[in-house]
Amino acid sequence: MKISEEEVRHVANLSKLSFSDTETTEFATTLSKIVDMVELLKEVDTAGVPITTTMADRKTVVRADLVEAATDRDDLFKNVPQAENYYIKVPAILEDGGDA
Amino acid sequence: MTFNNKTIDELHDLLVKKEISVTELTKATLADIQEREGALNSFVTIAEEAALAQSRALDEKGVDADNVMAGIPVAVKDNISTKGILTTAASKMLYNYEPIFNATAVENLYDQDMVIIGKTNMDEFAMGGSGETSYFAATKNAWDQTKVPGGSSSGSASAVASGQVRLSLGSDTGGSIRQPAAFSGIVGLKPTYGTVSRFGLIAFGSSLDQIGPFSQTVKENAQLLNAIASEDRKDSTSAPHRVADYTSKIGQDIKGLKIALPKEYLGEGIDPEVKETIINAAKHFEKLGATVEEVSLPHSKYGVAVYYIIASSEASSNLQRFDGIRYGYRTENFNNLDDIYVHTRSEGFGEEVKRRIMLGTFSLSSGYYDAYFKKAGQVRTLIIQDFEKVFADHDLILGPTAPSVAFDLDSLSHDPVAMYLADLLTIPVNLAGLPGISIPAGFAQGLPVGLQLIGPKYSEETIYQAAAAFEATTDYHKQQPVIFGGEK
Repeated sequence: MKISEEEVRHVANLSKLSFSDTETTEFATTLSKIVDMVELLKEVDTAGVPITTTMADRKTVVRADLVEAATDRDDLFKNVPQAENYYIKVPAILEDGGDA
Repeated sequence: MTFNNKTIDELHDLLVKKEISVTELTKATLADIQEREGALNSFVTIAEEAALAQSRALDEKGVDADNVMAGIPVAVKDNISTKGILTTAASKMLYNYEPIFNATAVENLYDQDMVIIGKTNMDEFAMGGSGETSYFAATKNAWDQTKVPGGSSSGSASAVASGQVRLSLGSDTGGSIRQPAAFSGIVGLKPTYGTVSRFGLIAFGSSLDQIGPFSQTVKENAQLLNAIASEDRKDSTSAPHRVADYTSKIGQDIKGLKIALPKEYLGEGIDPEVKETIINAAKHFEKLGATVEEVSLPHSKYGVAVYYIIASSEASSNLQRFDGIRYGYRTENFNNLDDIYVHTRSEGFGEEVKRRIMLGTFSLSSGYYDAYFKKAGQVRTLIIQDFEKVFADHDLILGPTAPSVAFDLDSLSHDPVAMYLADLLTIPVNLAGLPGISIPAGFAQGLPVGLQLIGPKYSEETIYQAAAAFEATTDYHKQQPVIFGGEK
């Protein structure tokens, strides 16, 4: 199956990735080849076959609802790229920058 | 002074008799690493300071005579979280990331008084079969530095194969422990899904990922599995099934053991010398008293296609968290919040990771879900049923680990489909959640060939029993590469 460049741009947008025009063209070719490989599955009769999504031997695990020490706040901020007064800094979300 | 040719049992004996201290053993290991690192690039981080501090504390406390793992150095794949020690998953995205917690498997190593010597190189986010997608440059094969060591646990395999360290941990999503073990001539086990907690393992394909051990010998492999296996409330997929001692059946004979040889594992695409090695191994198992019977796993040929849909779909979801906000790489090139997400991810992820995210997002996207993700999940069920039928009257499955020996560096990295097909013999095991081991079975073209033994869920003790019986009556594991002082 041929994946179009428009489709690559759509999937890139869903994936929060951006590609140059050259990369988009390359991706369309590579993804088409990979999709051709997986198209092999079409020949398998799977009518009525259940889908497997997990290998876990149990489905739901519950724990006792107990109060425990939480992670230290300084630890939680150790890897934050930009922070101030225990807030994570990001650009303004509102279009005019917001002044509230 | 080096101790890299001594088994854990021998090292334990030396430590208990105080013929060497933990600090001396750690220093010798660090020297073994440094001596070979320039040729191999097995490590992203050598944790010299932390390892020496830990060793001094252990020397003060004294080595527990009843704990064979105490004071033994171990290397850990760089996608397994180590508190205060850089954990990069070999990605620019996490080039500066120091976890504030330990993976449960790492916590277990510390509980056993094992010394964490460093973090090993790998394919970026464990996506690759050659070690070449690492942001920190490729690792080289211990036997021939023009060849790949296998992947994605490239550094963990090279480090053990070359005598840098006796033991290491890897992770295996589609063969990432077994295939590099085969290419590097050592022992690598992917445990039954749920045996080792995934808490703190940087997630790739959550229904497939397992942490597991690399070693020079089968017994050492079982000893390291003893150290890391645990039920964990932090991982709701960890298995309640527990084994007291994975070494318990090592040394027992294998008379009457029923081994199945799937004809699909010796068919098209398998190197003739690899095939011959495995047929000879099958005959060897017969000499040891096992029966070997040809069987069929008819859906094997769909494994790679199923895997690349499922693993990529799970990856596209798991890797959403890397957005430049709370940790890791953040782009400098942004005007608004969406720029941070898009530019951080586009600059921080390598080519193969982006490819998998794109394939996964595509498979899950509206209009394609039924044809790809759902279809793959259904064929996965059929692959599982194939195994169940064989295990109804066989104990283990035997086959090659990889279709070829280690290939040239830079020979497949531009052809993703060819690279993916190299995983065809290991992938079905992950799809079915089964345990599988690779052990040295001979040489072809001067490079190691790995033999794979696959068992039903929770059959690790039987796998180790059969692997150890093979090892005890062959000498492939005793042959070492030149870099480890051998003649090859």
